[in-house]
Amino acid sequence: MSETIFKGIPASDGIVIGPAFCHHPLQLEIPSRFPGSVQDELRRFRSACEQAEKELEAIKASVLRRSGPETAAIFDAHKMMVTDPMLYDAVQSRLEAGQIIETAVSDASEELAAMLGSMQDELFAAREADMRDVGHRLLRILLGIPDTSINKLQAPAVIVAYDLTPSDTVSLQSGFTLGFCTAAGGLTSHVAILARTLGLPAVVGLGKQALDQISDGTKLVLDGTAGSVTLDPQPATLQRYESMREKASARLATMQITSSKNAVTADGRRVEVGANIGDADSAGEAVRFGAEGVGLLRTEFLYLQNTRPPDEEQQMAAYKSVFDAMGNRPVIVRTLDIGGDKPPAYLKFDVELNPFLGWRAIRICLDDHPLFKTQLRAILRAAVGYRALIMYPMISSVEELRAANAVLAEVRAELDSAGLDYAREVPVGIMVETPAAVMMADALALECDFFSLGTNDLTQYTLAVDRTNERVAKLFQPLHPAVLRLIKKTIDAAHQQGKWVGMCGELAGMQKAIPILLGLGLDEFSMAPRSIPEAKWLIGKFTDARAKEIAELVLNKTTAAEIEEFMVGVLEEVIR
Amino acid sequence: MQTTSIVVHNKVGLHARPAALFVQAAMAHQSKITVTNGEKSGNAKSIIGILALGVQQNDKITINADGTDEVEALTALTKLVENNFGEPV
Repeated sequence: MSETIFKGIPASDGIVIGPAFCHHPLQLEIPSRFPGSVQDELRRFRSACEQAEKELEAIKASVLRRSGPETAAIFDAHKMMVTDPMLYDAVQSRLEAGQIIETAVSDASEELAAMLGSMQDELFAAREADMRDVGHRLLRILLGIPDTSINKLQAPAVIVAYDLTPSDTVSLQSGFTLGFCTAAGGLTSHVAILARTLGLPAVVGLGKQALDQISDGTKLVLDGTAGSVTLDPQPATLQRYESMREKASARLATMQITSSKNAVTADGRRVEVGANIGDADSAGEAVRFGAEGVGLLRTEFLYLQNTRPPDEEQQMAAYKSVFDAMGNRPVIVRTLDIGGDKPPAYLKFDVELNPFLGWRAIRICLDDHPLFKTQLRAILRAAVGYRALIMYPMISSVEELRAANAVLAEVRAELDSAGLDYAREVPVGIMVETPAAVMMADALALECDFFSLGTNDLTQYTLAVDRTNERVAKLFQPLHPAVLRLIKKTIDAAHQQGKWVGMCGELAGMQKAIPILLGLGLDEFSMAPRSIPEAKWLIGKFTDARAKEIAELVLNKTTAAEIEEFMVGVLEEVIR
Repeated sequence: MQTTSIVVHNKVGLHARPAALFVQAAMAHQSKITVTNGEKSGNAKSIIGILALGVQQNDKITINADGTDEVEALTALTKLVENNFGEPV
């Protein structure tokens, strides 16, 4: 048998060799029975709906913590569909025609899904998948089957699917899951995001023809860094990858040792590797994976979980528990970073055409001083005895930084006059995530202590690509030369003023980017905890001079594709 | 029974957030509310029904309300559409 190689979009780093497990949506069998009274059947439907709402609420809460509010909003839409009167009517009329509830739900949701799917506009037609997901959930509940789509995985395998529904991706958290490959999807699809969070390799957008050739047990080599999937690999290919794998696992052993140590380049330049986290639970995980600090503590969850903004005491307790979990390591607390795309109920948002260009982050805080002050007071008071830093998100002008610092000064004065104890030496920095901040970096550096590059938003704003829009997902290129040039400009400007620069965007944990960033002089890398050991190991593989050389070569390239290709080569040199 | 016609200026039409807001506003009323777009009609309290109308930017929709709070319902929904769901036009 000859090997076949499919190229897709590299969605999550790593190499894995294993059998395929083809995920087909759970086939639900409708029982054969006589219908009860319409009333009885409807009662079962209503109770299934209640159960579905409960499941969706739980999924939403867990997704909110793991993947953020954008993904969580999908489950709100699903909840609306569960209680939709059209679905109810369609089910009821089928029951009146003598169907049993299982058939009625299955037929009704399929009919509605097909109706949505037949629409001309793709945007509308995409809701077909959601309707089908909801119908499937209801039927599954009616059949008394628990919510486990992929947990039937009994041995380690690579999950192969056409696409994975939001519900599927949530149930993917099995210890047997080696990696993912899907025929559909882009860098921002659910499975891509989840894979990166779990630290599992993934390739998406493989195309349908790949799927036709893979069946359960097909031997696969999944290379999430290069974006390739090899079916039935030849002995030579297998050997090449096996040796890469072996070296990787030897590396892993070394990594576990190096990970407990500070990150240094091959010639001894010290850089810091920290973690991006959202609560105290993940702080523990961060320490286990070798985080030297927290480069980004997201505080949004405190605000989004409640129906009222968290008060000073609640916030202090939350921050303290993170500081405690991190011991004496530095923690950068980012002030509230929300917007119209994920509005909490208590903040009055107008519906915005462009929430990413709208009223968000520091703009909200500067308009709502009480909200901002409560958070700043809580951070300063909680930081007594710890190493906390404050960071403002989405700064796009010097005025904004000054205005935020003025509020901070007021807060300090108020704490002084109230005689309350607070941390006096808290460095203040900004997130550099707008092209405007990059262009003004020299001036901004004069008025704060550090920068942290938020590359997800910086990429989005620079390339004018909405990273939640799947149709333009492939244009979202974090290694775009324009983005790399902006990063260089930021680092140079800060260093000129003697300030340090970190990065808390996904780029900081991306293997292909790490050597470039080292070469550009980045001082701190902050990433998902699971990416830390590999990043520290990789940093140790490059001398400062080699990294500088790589960065220079990369900056002379003019397309993201050339840069990607070049960096795959650079990594292979080190990994072999 | 009250009826009115209005043009939807919103960029994505009645989809995603605007659709959800529209349905939520309809659900806040007792009246039976129907929306018509061309030859298609749907229940204003159904997200599926609203999505199925495929209302796109600059489509003219007709809203029909029947019930005790039909005037209020129509006013609320018209206002929502007129204000472009709070988005700048």
